[in-house]
Amino acid sequence: MYTKQQPQPAPTSPETAVATAEPATRTLSGAEATLHALLAEGVDTVFGYPGGAIIPIYDALYDFREQLNHVLVRHEQGGIHAAQGYARSSGKVGVVFATSGPGATNLVTGLADALIDSTPLVCITGQVFAHLLGTDAFQETDIINITTPITKWNHQVTDASEIPEALAKAFYIARSGRPGPVLIDITKNAQMQKAEFPPYQPCTHIRSYRPRPVVRPEYVAQAAALINQAKRPLVLWGQGILLGKAEQEFKRFIEKSGIPAAWTILGAGALPTGHPLNVGMLGMHGNYGPNVLTNECDVLIAIGMRFDDRVTGRLDKYAKQAQVVHLDIDPTEIDKNVKATVPVWGDCKETLPLLTQLVEARSYPEWRQRFLDHDAEEIAAVIQDELFPTSDELTMGEVIQQLNELTQGEAIIVTDVGQHQMVACRYAKLNHTRSNITSGGLGTMGFALPAAIGAKYGAPARTVVAVIGDGGIQMTIQELGTIMQTGVNVKILLLNNQFLGMVRQWQELFHDRRYSFVDIASPDYVTVARGYNIAGHRVDSRPELQTALREMLEHPGSFLLEVMVTKENNIFPMVPQGCGVGEIRLK
Amino acid sequence: MHQQSIDRREYNITAYTENQVGLLNRIAIIFSRRKINIESLNTSPSEVEGIHRFNIVVVETEEVVRKIARQIEKQVEVLKVYFNPNEDVIWQEMALYKVPTDVIAERALVERLLREHGARAVVIRKDYTVFETTGHREETDKLLTVLQPYGLIEFVRSARIAIIKDSLGFHHKLREFERTEPGPEVSENDYLNSRDKVFTM
Repeated sequence: MYTKQQPQPAPTSPETAVATAEPATRTLSGAEATLHALLAEGVDTVFGYPGGAIIPIYDALYDFREQLNHVLVRHEQGGIHAAQGYARSSGKVGVVFATSGPGATNLVTGLADALIDSTPLVCITGQVFAHLLGTDAFQETDIINITTPITKWNHQVTDASEIPEALAKAFYIARSGRPGPVLIDITKNAQMQKAEFPPYQPCTHIRSYRPRPVVRPEYVAQAAALINQAKRPLVLWGQGILLGKAEQEFKRFIEKSGIPAAWTILGAGALPTGHPLNVGMLGMHGNYGPNVLTNECDVLIAIGMRFDDRVTGRLDKYAKQAQVVHLDIDPTEIDKNVKATVPVWGDCKETLPLLTQLVEARSYPEWRQRFLDHDAEEIAAVIQDELFPTSDELTMGEVIQQLNELTQGEAIIVTDVGQHQMVACRYAKLNHTRSNITSGGLGTMGFALPAAIGAKYGAPARTVVAVIGDGGIQMTIQELGTIMQTGVNVKILLLNNQFLGMVRQWQELFHDRRYSFVDIASPDYVTVARGYNIAGHRVDSRPELQTALREMLEHPGSFLLEVMVTKENNIFPMVPQGCGVGEIRLK
Repeated sequence: MHQQSIDRREYNITAYTENQVGLLNRIAIIFSRRKINIESLNTSPSEVEGIHRFNIVVVETEEVVRKIARQIEKQVEVLKVYFNPNEDVIWQEMALYKVPTDVIAERALVERLLREHGARAVVIRKDYTVFETTGHREETDKLLTVLQPYGLIEFVRSARIAIIKDSLGFHHKLREFERTEPGPEVSENDYLNSRDKVFTM
């Protein structure tokens, strides 16, 4: 049975103030109570797809059309990726509706993606009538057990009276601590049932859940002492900065301490690309300097990142010489992959200012010069040819470079997964936080198109460019229908190399060029887009490129620009699998 | 992981949790995802009303068990997790043995064996008798071996239950958890207390 928790009212919260002004109780259906809860939680947009077991909620939604913007997607996977894009661009909780059975199972990839990338989501699925549970009823699936390993929390509601409390907990859990996806499965009878509902109470405390560790000042002091005696310190930052909304605190820390800082792809943009202490991207296809120098620094300060294997390469060859300071809100991350010398456990919004106070103002001119030297090597060996090629064919890098010149780093770049993702993350200029939205941990092809739709809803004032490959776009191309119907303005920059390029690269480098099923055919995308009433253009030559990019950006609505790029380009630098970061290859 | 296998030994994981549908699965998959076998699992109400207690036994290295314990504690409905090697706990398993009554009635030897192994009769019927004994695995196993030649019909052993020797119980901890701003004592910072050994300048 559902255990009653005691959500304690936060006396200062505006939601509560509104709630207490309302009448003591009111009679609502479970479906209506669901929508009231969403409004009380500040939800403005829901991504969803109706079906039999969630009809009562959709029926109630008919009366809430003015208050809640429901985006009808073309597939539930598209719905959840859109909610992820929304959450990532806005910093709010993304909300998804799906029906039972196949509707619910179609959420699985997005839930796994959101869990590994710490994206706050509340997914509401319809479920068959409670009395049919376990009878193999039509469109019944055990979505609670299916999603247990890929949700931060999930819960099934079988009685209408439980709905507000379950949703209050869902939103609290999704957005607090290390954020993550929550799924609430509501049986159809609970949606239909009428009940007396007291005013909505947001959840602020669950006794078994401690999202914010208590910061121990002695560890902050030890971290500062370690940093203050360092000769070659290096900061690695991840998405924790964005999730903690601690960009300013981070910038002050970096600027006072003078420490060069490198980013994971989910951390991109927390410090602008052009910041002098931003030394670039970490990991398998990251920049040369930060990878090589990870193995030469004396103190490694990891902030809100989890030492993913794509970042560390081979662990027994990773930063063995360094003392490690690890700031993280999630206790399971500390010592998980890399042993921390000093664990600074807590919300970086809280810990970074404490640390900034204690670190000495420094600069490390010689150490920073090492990064510049490695940059020069990387520019000569890789970047020059990628961004300013002299060959006939277009490269992915020059497309991003040209895009930078037009957007000046002001756009949100949403990427799919593969070679174009690495190129976009490496070369996209980002002036602002929450400007790089990509599927990091799970590497979900098909993410970008729906995520870009959601990102636009989450940040309507910003230009959203979805950079997608010819493989990924075909996985969720049906979401062009969502763009058509809603008129949402998304720029689709399709980099077509006529291959599943990243796998092809691995086959070329490590499997004797045995190109096994990477030669993927494409439809005429411009015609497909036109079928969806979306403007489009295809280019394959340098002189047309910038004009076409400008046309795409200046077009009043959505636009698909397909750029034919060189077929067999490889992404370098590269840390081959099984190698240490020090063994990064420039070619 | 292979070279660490010499360090593998029995650990007793104790988890204090809410009593919630689905939590057993949430905890179980933390083990199965890592292909770790659960040797024994017991769940029952704890000394605190409304709080459940899991006792889980695994054979693993300390490092693996520590990570697993933290993963369990991370689950929303789990309050606290401890892990202890066998020397830190008092543990027992219960076993039931069903034997034909005529055999034990005829042979005084069996009766003596039962007495020697601290067993007691739970039920005595005309056709069969059920004995119970409690102890460590070797003790319950020994009686099993002894009874086999006397027509043992059925045998069952419970999961292990374990009391942590230096635990002060959960009542005062729960009061901390129920506070909106719990103190550092319960804020999963236990392991930070032992960091002094690790930290070197």
